[in-house]
Amino acid sequence: MLFFVQLINGLQLGAIYALVALGYTMVYGIVKLINFAHGDLMMVGAYLSLFLYSSGLPLYFALPLAIVATSLTGVLIERVAYRPLRNASRLSALITAIGISLLLQNAFMILFSSTPRRFPSVSEQLPVFVIGTNRISFMAVLTVLFAVGLMLLLTAFVHGTRMGKAMRAVSEDMRAAQLMGINVNRIISLTFAIGSALAAFAAILYGFSFQQIDPYMGAMPGIKAFIAAVLGGIGILPGAMLGGFLLGIIESLTKAVMPAGYTQLADAVVFLVLILVLLFKPSGLLGQTTREKV
Amino acid sequence: MKAKSKASRWLAALLTGVLMLGLLAACQSTPAATTAPTTKAAATEADKTDAPASDDEPIVIGGLAPLTGGVSVYGIASDNGTQLAIDEINAAGGINGRQIKYVVLDEQGDEEQAVTAYDRLVNEYNIVALIGDVTSKPSIAVAQRAARDGLPMIAPTATAADVTLQGKNVFRVCFLDPDQGRTMADFAKNNLNVTKAAVIHNASDDYSVGLAEAFIAQAKELGIEIVSEQTYVQDDKDFRTQLTTIAAAGPDILYAPDYYGTDILILNQAKDAGLNVPLLGGDGWDGILTQTAEDNPKEADGNYFTNHYATSDESPIVQDFLKAFEAKYNEVPISFSALGYDAAHILAAAIERAGSTDKDAIVAALNQTDYEGVTGHITFDENGDPLKPISIIEVVDGAYKLITKIDIER
Repeated sequence: MLFFVQLINGLQLGAIYALVALGYTMVYGIVKLINFAHGDLMMVGAYLSLFLYSSGLPLYFALPLAIVATSLTGVLIERVAYRPLRNASRLSALITAIGISLLLQNAFMILFSSTPRRFPSVSEQLPVFVIGTNRISFMAVLTVLFAVGLMLLLTAFVHGTRMGKAMRAVSEDMRAAQLMGINVNRIISLTFAIGSALAAFAAILYGFSFQQIDPYMGAMPGIKAFIAAVLGGIGILPGAMLGGFLLGIIESLTKAVMPAGYTQLADAVVFLVLILVLLFKPSGLLGQTTREKV
Repeated sequence: MKAKSKASRWLAALLTGVLMLGLLAACQSTPAATTAPTTKAAATEADKTDAPASDDEPIVIGGLAPLTGGVSVYGIASDNGTQLAIDEINAAGGINGRQIKYVVLDEQGDEEQAVTAYDRLVNEYNIVALIGDVTSKPSIAVAQRAARDGLPMIAPTATAADVTLQGKNVFRVCFLDPDQGRTMADFAKNNLNVTKAAVIHNASDDYSVGLAEAFIAQAKELGIEIVSEQTYVQDDKDFRTQLTTIAAAGPDILYAPDYYGTDILILNQAKDAGLNVPLLGGDGWDGILTQTAEDNPKEADGNYFTNHYATSDESPIVQDFLKAFEAKYNEVPISFSALGYDAAHILAAAIERAGSTDKDAIVAALNQTDYEGVTGHITFDENGDPLKPISIIEVVDGAYKLITKIDIER
């Protein structure tokens, strides 16, 4: 039973990683850029949610507004920082992404100070499942359902709509897609919009789960989500989801079984799993081995 | 296409410009704080001469504190307490008829800057004694210099054991990390009748580890069973797994020594995990009430922590200090301010007893300290560490309440 509760703990954590990982994977799939500022967009989403909520808007109005605003921030970042470098070397774009990450962190530190802020709590209004001496919060279940739901929605969008088709085309060959009359810039903007909106979703779930946000909150989940995306196979949507959940579960169960005083090794175990997966399946768990066309 | 890329290039240039301005602004504020000694009297050329001080000249006391940078909240708090004490002493006629000139330099919480600032205080301002440093690492670096020079040094708030071990002339006002852990274990046994305890601590932070180890050692000594010991690392936000394990072990209390930003997370996640036992902590808990939810200010109720002093302490010396501090700074002093205040009074009293500004005489007088301060009755042991009471605070109705004071045993 305790094992089951720990599994739920892991899934709750994994759901947040998974949502952030989806954004990483989408952006990488389209422009081959590892957007290191993605974790910080999650932070932006969290602060926007808190800001709009504490300005007096009701929660059901403040949160969608924050998601839209975060989405626009993502699009703006792509427009200002990444698009001018579209044809530059990948390294330049990567360094720019790190720069944007630092810019966001420090800008929010100046705006809101580095003191952690309290996020509104909804868990008191939600039921708790009590099984024997164990408790499973409804928030945990909701977080997992939300993440899976969004992933399914996203997959349906990518595989079932014209826009999604265009997205896949751009991902496969940007120049060819352009020649077929696809507005590549618009598709890339759309990708950043969706990815950033997912980061905002993750931020809200994070906020409700941990009830505390700070300007550096995006850094660690950002790295973990990146690992999740690589673990599942970067560029593959279900892979990001799988990677995220796996990561959360591994982290949680390692902490649960490690003897006293060694629980901090959980992160090391996570990285060890990543190394092993990459050794035996370099393209990730769900990745297909493709030969580079010459 | 060309116009477009030009526009974005301008935008990028504009952004870069804004960034540079921000950097410049940040840089400019720093030297202003470092170079300007915050004294009543401006530093004049006369202060820098090596001429022996005559009887009507002020006694120069140096101060070191991080007034800017990441730990500036502690530096400013400690320095504010010291400034208040110096003002009081000067208003009452100074030390043996001589006024005190207090020169404080900013070291930004950095060891190297602290050593440089120390050299400036000694060579440029000819200080007779030093109040500082505030955080442990720069304090150790400065203590090494002070030990070499034989300069009387009193650190208000540096808790690491190594600080006072540098020399016989180095003292401190705060208790040490292990003192807190031991005292909390005593309190858990004697006042809360705890038989089973669990511990969760930050394995990447010396402070948290120090408290936890001392607590565990003393708890075992007292026959308290440690049913679960869990760790996490810096910046972790998710403690559900560890807390679920702890809840399953069924402890009477959970010892969670960390800073309040993390403590509030542990507190709330413990409730979620069904762990409804009191949490115990160290002085890092001081400030937990700034983190409680607006619609639930009582969420930290029923938890205990060790601290340097309590604002709810009815004794006149504490209440007078609170009144004077609030009058001068318009805020409630945190314990760092109380320690900075006590440090200045202890040093001034020692110089007065010594009857001179001779280094050895002041050190000898400091060793004889028997002082009733805001943070309790203080004497020094052979290392220069204080023997004083530790306050046990409980959060009651969304406020800190002094439960008892326990004398340190070392």
